[in-house]
Amino acid sequence: MKQTRLYPLHKKLKARMIEFAGWEMPVEYTGIVEEHLAVRTKAGLFDVSHMGEILITGPEALNFVQFLTPNNAAKLFPGKAQYSALTTEKGTFVDDLLVYCLDEGKYLLVVNAANTDKDYQWVLSHQGNFQVTVENQSDLVTQLALQGPLAEEILQPIVEKIDLSQLKPFTFSWGTIKGEEVLVSRTGYTGEDGFEIYTYSEKPALIWEVILEQGESKGLLPVGLGARDTLRLEACLMLYGNDIDETTTVLEAGLGWIVKFKKGDFLGKEVLLRQKEEGVRRKLVGFELLERGIPRPHYPVYIDGQEVSQVTSGTFSPYLKKSIGLTYLPVEYTQVGTVFEVGIRGKRVKAQVVPTPFYKRARE
Amino acid sequence: MYPNDYYYSQDHEWIKVEDGQIGVVGITDFAQKQLGDVVYVELPEVGTQLEFHQTLGVVESVKAVSDIYSPVSGEVVEVNQALNDNPELINEDPHGQGWIVKIKIKDESELQKLMSATEYEKYIEGIEE
Repeated sequence: MKQTRLYPLHKKLKARMIEFAGWEMPVEYTGIVEEHLAVRTKAGLFDVSHMGEILITGPEALNFVQFLTPNNAAKLFPGKAQYSALTTEKGTFVDDLLVYCLDEGKYLLVVNAANTDKDYQWVLSHQGNFQVTVENQSDLVTQLALQGPLAEEILQPIVEKIDLSQLKPFTFSWGTIKGEEVLVSRTGYTGEDGFEIYTYSEKPALIWEVILEQGESKGLLPVGLGARDTLRLEACLMLYGNDIDETTTVLEAGLGWIVKFKKGDFLGKEVLLRQKEEGVRRKLVGFELLERGIPRPHYPVYIDGQEVSQVTSGTFSPYLKKSIGLTYLPVEYTQVGTVFEVGIRGKRVKAQVVPTPFYKRARE
Repeated sequence: MYPNDYYYSQDHEWIKVEDGQIGVVGITDFAQKQLGDVVYVELPEVGTQLEFHQTLGVVESVKAVSDIYSPVSGEVVEVNQALNDNPELINEDPHGQGWIVKIKIKDESELQKLMSATEYEKYIEGIEE
């Protein structure tokens, strides 16, 4: 199993470790519920160095990114990031990702750990005549996420050369923390304000430790993958392999906003355009259980007694104190208020389609 | 940590015998720590007949679903309704207020298949290594 450069610190903090996508990662430190609530009300620090980074450089880097992804990368400028996907010819997901425009002709794709090798091969195999260089930098990069309403207050005193108050959502800037060079971006996977911090530093432990130290008196906690999952689900952010994969299209997942048909050609455009015109047959919906129980991935979903799909993500929401989940339903059953059933250990439990996201932070 | 007058199973349940034939059953401190924050408990109906090692209920944490196995054969005579509203009692007081069911023990000799506190402590040491 692979370990991140921060592994010794997780052991020191007595984190419970699990295998995730070939990595030995912390799943919880003090408890999923406590960590989850810390992020919602104060702040949490995550080691997400397992995420993959693929660098695309060259005179045709933009054209290549435009071809690989459905969102309009031409809107990016140095210091700007966007949520997008790698799509198949069928309009389904190879992966979902963030595209960072590091510079003109220099784009960084931040991809899911479980897909890093697949994505890298995918990108290489579609390079064709594009004049670009593709580099898998995943092993060089440490990525931390500092998330929560107090993230800016904690980070600003220790980061040099960046005025965080000027850093808008989905923008980033270069600075230093403890003398180590970092890229700080106002992005995240929790539904809270916060930052993702990337570094090539050989001593990323310095960065982790100074953030924890700085945040200690403010209620900052280290947070594991357990709470990362419950946080992202409350915010209705997709998890690859659960909610989206190579069998689900971008439109079915409700991510039509990352598909820009007018930008030119891209993988999957034809299918997605047809699907947009004809309408999707099924759609991802959020639901709450109306009775006791906790929905889990792969539990069967029934409409009028017929099994129609499975739960893709489900949990007990630590913040909302409800059982919530996601599933694909035939489009005629996707209206808010529609009642259906989830099979939990042989019993049928009533569920209802609700608006998503389940949780949305109050903005100033 | 582990009361001396309880019996312990390999699946991390405990049973304490009260009034001769009634056994109070819960999961051990080791088990609750492994599970993490308990957020849901599925309890059996009073009157359910249980065989030794039959599933009597389910404990769910945020992350995991875990069956609870009956450490003895017998009939469920009472369930801990407090767990419906306060499943975290299992984390806070696993060997006390976090009890799960009371069982009318059918065959007391089955208790001999279970471990003493000392044996159980050794058993979990082996797992933790």
